[in-house]
Amino acid sequence: MLSKEVIERHGFTEEEYQRILKILGREPNMVELGIFSVMWSEHCSYKSSRIHLKKFPTTGKRVLQGPGENAGAIDIGNGLAAVFKMESHNHPSFIEPYQGAATGVGGILRDIFTMGARPVAVLNSLRFGDLKTPHNRHLFSGVVSGIAGYGNCIGIPTVGGEVYFDEIYNKNILVNVFALGIVRKDSIFKGVAKGVGNPVIYVGSKTGRDGIHGATMASDVFDETSEAKRPTVQVGDPFTEKLLLEACLEVMDQGLIVGIQDMGAAGLTSSSCEMAGRGGTGIDLHADRVPMREAGMTPYEVMLSESQERMLIVTERGREAEVIRIFDKWDLDAVVVGEVTDTHRMRVFDKGNRVADIPVTALTDEAPLYQRPALPPPYLDILHDLDIENIPVPADLNKVLLTLLSSPTIASKEWIYRQYDHMVRTDTIVLPGSDAAVIRVKGTDTAIAMSTDCNSRYCFADPRTGAAIAVAEAARNIVCAGGEPAALTDCLNFGNPERPEIMWQFQEAIEGISAVCRRFNIPVISGNVSLYNETNGISIYPTPIIGMAGIIEEASKRMTQYFKAEGDVILLIGENREEIGLSEYLKEIHYTVRGVPPQLDLELEKRVQDLCLSGIREGLIKSAHDTSEGGLAVALAECCMTPGEERSIIIGAEIGLRDEIRADALLFGETQSRIIITVRQEQVEKIKEMGRESGVPVSVIGRVGGDRLLIKQGSEIRINMSVKDIAEAWRNAIPRALED
Amino acid sequence: MKFAVIVFPGSNCDHDCYHVVKHVIGQSADFVWHKEKDLSGYDAVILPGGFSYGDYLRTGAMARLSPVMKAVEDFARQGGLVLGICNGFQILLEAGLLPGAMLRNRSLQFICKDVYLRVDNINTPFTCNYVENQVVRMPIAHAEGNYYVDQETYTHIQKNNQIVLRYTGSDGRPTDEVNPNGSIGNIAGVCNEKGNVLGMMPHPERCGERILGNTDGYILFESMVYYMEKVAR
Repeated sequence: MLSKEVIERHGFTEEEYQRILKILGREPNMVELGIFSVMWSEHCSYKSSRIHLKKFPTTGKRVLQGPGENAGAIDIGNGLAAVFKMESHNHPSFIEPYQGAATGVGGILRDIFTMGARPVAVLNSLRFGDLKTPHNRHLFSGVVSGIAGYGNCIGIPTVGGEVYFDEIYNKNILVNVFALGIVRKDSIFKGVAKGVGNPVIYVGSKTGRDGIHGATMASDVFDETSEAKRPTVQVGDPFTEKLLLEACLEVMDQGLIVGIQDMGAAGLTSSSCEMAGRGGTGIDLHADRVPMREAGMTPYEVMLSESQERMLIVTERGREAEVIRIFDKWDLDAVVVGEVTDTHRMRVFDKGNRVADIPVTALTDEAPLYQRPALPPPYLDILHDLDIENIPVPADLNKVLLTLLSSPTIASKEWIYRQYDHMVRTDTIVLPGSDAAVIRVKGTDTAIAMSTDCNSRYCFADPRTGAAIAVAEAARNIVCAGGEPAALTDCLNFGNPERPEIMWQFQEAIEGISAVCRRFNIPVISGNVSLYNETNGISIYPTPIIGMAGIIEEASKRMTQYFKAEGDVILLIGENREEIGLSEYLKEIHYTVRGVPPQLDLELEKRVQDLCLSGIREGLIKSAHDTSEGGLAVALAECCMTPGEERSIIIGAEIGLRDEIRADALLFGETQSRIIITVRQEQVEKIKEMGRESGVPVSVIGRVGGDRLLIKQGSEIRINMSVKDIAEAWRNAIPRALED
Repeated sequence: MKFAVIVFPGSNCDHDCYHVVKHVIGQSADFVWHKEKDLSGYDAVILPGGFSYGDYLRTGAMARLSPVMKAVEDFARQGGLVLGICNGFQILLEAGLLPGAMLRNRSLQFICKDVYLRVDNINTPFTCNYVENQVVRMPIAHAEGNYYVDQETYTHIQKNNQIVLRYTGSDGRPTDEVNPNGSIGNIAGVCNEKGNVLGMMPHPERCGERILGNTDGYILFESMVYYMEKVAR
């Protein structure tokens, strides 16, 4: 008889355990208890989130595969599909930053090539605490090294992403990785076990004792003892993954695959029962036939191990030898460990003895589902209360601009992306640093723009608007690169869902995302939920990160944010408003996190984006940059600095603004739906005319030239600085923060 | 001209090299698996960049034991053109086809960025279409590109014009400030005594097309074809 303590250690509530007894009609044994525990964990079952995720719009003219598979897929023309998804590896990365981040990259890449797609780009969204503490610096540099170590070795470029630093992430960092691959759209593979009698083949690395109960760990909050969970973090081997990638693509190319799935969270257990679940079949596995790294592993350990770089393949009966021969060429194990059955049960055998026998649907579709209570948090009223009259306008606005440009969240991320091979595969046609990363698709004129976004401070104060802004900003970034937003993936990072205020944040965020998706016709095609990002009772800000991909039909028309030539005219699409709530400015200069996020008018946002995209497509626009954290002044400064080798190109600008609003709000407020563009003098009227026709405010605000950034409001000079000084502060901020 | 692009387990610039040879300069190219033993029929061999065997022991140390390396040695001895890029360069060093050894970058970090290079020797099959002392821009992407030779060898390779590429500023001056990895004499690429084997850390295959914003690498592949078609015949 299983003790209460054993049952609790596996993360079950009394109710859930009773449910297991009912399903089996008997007590589970230890192997079965382990299988239930990982499959019913929050991480694998989405038991708190599933009901809400159904609200996402998931269909559209380009969608080939929506949520539910290893990754989503969209049609990009020319008979090709882009397959993409984003995933979190937050908990392991906090415990062991290098390996946690590295295996995060490895895991998401397997999700992509499992679909038959060759991964071509990786982006990452990271959140860390304040770099002033040594532990946070250790976590930050460890995560960056881990991403670099894995991505560089396997040879897939890390082309972009975003990083924020805030004390709220001191004890719960976020490591979200987005990956995109390309496949012929008639060659997409799925994780399905079909054909009774077909062999189930285990391929890749041997199974070790690492990562046992990783999924359960990722479904719990942290406290002082979390460090002791290090053994549950897996260890990555990018070299083996590279071999696995090539071998899998070769096996697929030979037409040998019925179904294939990566062994990610919950390893062999989840891959096998999910494949049987999708196929409407059963599966028999022989745990003792699994290649093992060490002797004496029990079926419990084999079934729950999260050793990396492993896949499960179902092939047609009689073709096992062909599969094995290809893996042999790549020096990888490939062993028949079971077969597809018509029992609708997942049965595990050890040396011929049946050690687990569970209905497949009990582990997949019939896993617990919770409609957890949700209540608005009590902090909202206090948080929203901001009297702007009590915020003095600083006398020295030059200094404010320098301080903002030197804050790690806004500062240049060159220290990070220089450690990533962002050019391998020779497809990267907009390098890291601009609004969106762009890769070309070889053999076509098409390119793909990608961006990841989320301002979690906005989400903390108003999760619905904050999440909507994340989608709108991702789309704006894609548009600024010349792309048409096509679809998105998300990684929803939240606190403990058993707290009603966290569930409220979660539900609100989903509503916000869905609203923009519907208005902009951008479907959600894949995603991931990471809950329990809480330590000692403190939750992270709600952080629903959006990863978006857009299509550029003529690759040569991709756009960057950088000013191109002296004399070009600078225009603002959109309008300035007096909004400083929750801004980077308020936090960095006035040490205040108060207020409400900037308004988001979806109709205006759409018109602004449409105008910008038309202007780029018609070849009128020479640069386009969205304004976000740090506002207009920071955005203008960023336009002045083209990153590059040895000496970057820097160019000044003279700006004249007429808005009669507070100078700090004008310069540093984070009003949405604004894009800074440049055009040649002779195109100014044309763009303004397009603005009038589509009802979008378009105003000339200045001219590119000189070596200073000069910003006037009326006749007052607000900013007057040498771009060289600006660049020096912006570029060296992160290296300096790490030297302390 | 027919190029062989060698594929070691862990090579990851093999597709890039193949692409530039086949689709950009329009020559024929084959992937050649590292277990092959025969390179007859090829006019040039490229050892591409990547992480052969994961760089787990020492960069290039395992790959140089692959069966194909005996064939590469024979091919080189007979005067065939062998180009090693990045990890390919490291493999050529381990195989003893080029002098010197590689150390970790002095920053101890992986570095991916564009650098300026000066072409110090245009009398090689790989650089004959460049102008003497031409300054070009190419990407580097490595953690172990800190090239080292002892003083005696350095003097020898310098006298022998084996130093083909050096890291410089855009002004062509090889100062310590613009040395990305600590490489001795700012060396970015060296050839053997005969000049038919070149190892280089920068990636010419990453800058061979206008869409990539830089075509300085195109000239290197073009030089190889020019040499094979016009000079060697």
